[in-house]
Amino acid sequence: MPEAFLVIKESFPYLLEGAGVTAAAVVGAMFFGLIIGVVLAVLQVYGPRPLGRLAGLYIWFFRGVPVLVLLFLFYFGLFSLIGVNLSAFTSVILVLGMTTGAYQSQIYRGAIESLPYGQLKAARALGMSDWTAIKNIILPQALRLSIPGFSNEYSIILKDSALAFVLGTSEIMARTHFVASRTYQHLPLYVTAGILYFILTWLGVKALRKLEDRVRIPGYSHHQG
Amino acid sequence: MTITENGPVLRAENISKVLGGKQILKGVSFTLKKGELKVLIGPSGGGKSTLLQCINFLIPPDEGQIYLDGEEIHIHRKRDLYAYRQKVGMIFQDFNLFDHLNALENVSIALRKVKKIARKEALERAMIELERVGIGDKANLYPAQLSGGQKQRVSIARALAMDPEVMLLDEPTSALDPELIGEVLAVIRNLAQDGMTMIMATHQIGFIRTLADNILFMQEGEIIEQGPPSELLMAGNATRVQQFCAKMNELYEEPEI
Repeated sequence: MPEAFLVIKESFPYLLEGAGVTAAAVVGAMFFGLIIGVVLAVLQVYGPRPLGRLAGLYIWFFRGVPVLVLLFLFYFGLFSLIGVNLSAFTSVILVLGMTTGAYQSQIYRGAIESLPYGQLKAARALGMSDWTAIKNIILPQALRLSIPGFSNEYSIILKDSALAFVLGTSEIMARTHFVASRTYQHLPLYVTAGILYFILTWLGVKALRKLEDRVRIPGYSHHQG
Repeated sequence: MTITENGPVLRAENISKVLGGKQILKGVSFTLKKGELKVLIGPSGGGKSTLLQCINFLIPPDEGQIYLDGEEIHIHRKRDLYAYRQKVGMIFQDFNLFDHLNALENVSIALRKVKKIARKEALERAMIELERVGIGDKANLYPAQLSGGQKQRVSIARALAMDPEVMLLDEPTSALDPELIGEVLAVIRNLAQDGMTMIMATHQIGFIRTLADNILFMQEGEIIEQGPPSELLMAGNATRVQQFCAKMNELYEEPEI
């Protein structure tokens, strides 16, 4: 047991750095996914039919293929096929971002469609173009409603990011695997990795909860007081 | 066509609309002169709301033309359509305030995003409009914190801030508790007295009697009677309007305005 402690103690800064890499990849992917998701949702709800169909096709593909397959597909196949040479880290952000974008789009679509149609009518009646209305009236409300779903998606993508280790990104999982294969202290090391994931999940979810409270529209809480 | 002293501000010609396989409007025409208040009444399902929404193309009419100050409005010229809509204020039955904005922002948002007025100026203008409808003290409250009557007054302020030439009011008091109807009607009465050109769907007979210049009675997608209230509402005149209003009076007690 003392040896296990020693290994953890010695490798901890190294693993913690991996947690930083994981966090950076996940935050990057979530933001990229946010942009993709909003665009897809808006196209599905308001876009001309061909573009809505195209968005549907994208979502169908990214929700239908395992993340691990997507990582291999893009890193070893598609990215080099289109002649871009990306680092494993960037590839992970892009692939996770494109994947979560597909899932996030349905969070946003649900939120948009839950808003009363009358608000869009009122915006149009004031002379707003649809784009102005979507940007200033619809999305600010839809995004607020999407925070709980987004927080779910964050915790899922955070854990999916462990798959990035197959591309050799030096995130938590890859580093843990590396240390474990040298020291044979698998159990304590993977417990440590698990705890790091747990803490990152907790921090992110907590931050999103704070954000949710901060942007809550006065008078709309289901809570008393 | 040129604008003459008493020429129509708004003219709707031959508006037809089919929705869900049903002919909702069957070639409706009317004109609004400057400062005129026309009232649309008639049974629900008669096409009043559809007609009002066809006027500002929230529901694009299948047939017919709309003219503002003699200029025909074409729905496909987006820029012209947006400019036209700024000049035609609309009040909805269920307010349709923007739930994420407080009263002041509800009124100022279109000034900023459509008229591109600077934030500070837009907020000042919005405050003037809120005060005009008597809720300056509610400027910082959000829709969920306002009563129905206050919400409707915010929506009127929101329309007024755009300096409309015409206002379309689609049963502005129908979603309100009886004790709140009076405060909204009072605001509309002031507008009428200030010479705002308006067309309003309503069932408030007392209001119609005292303020309407003209009544349009709509049924099954057509205007079947029209004329000044003094004519159509006179007891003994066996008009459709008279029958309908007698029925409404039996059903509802009206607040004094």
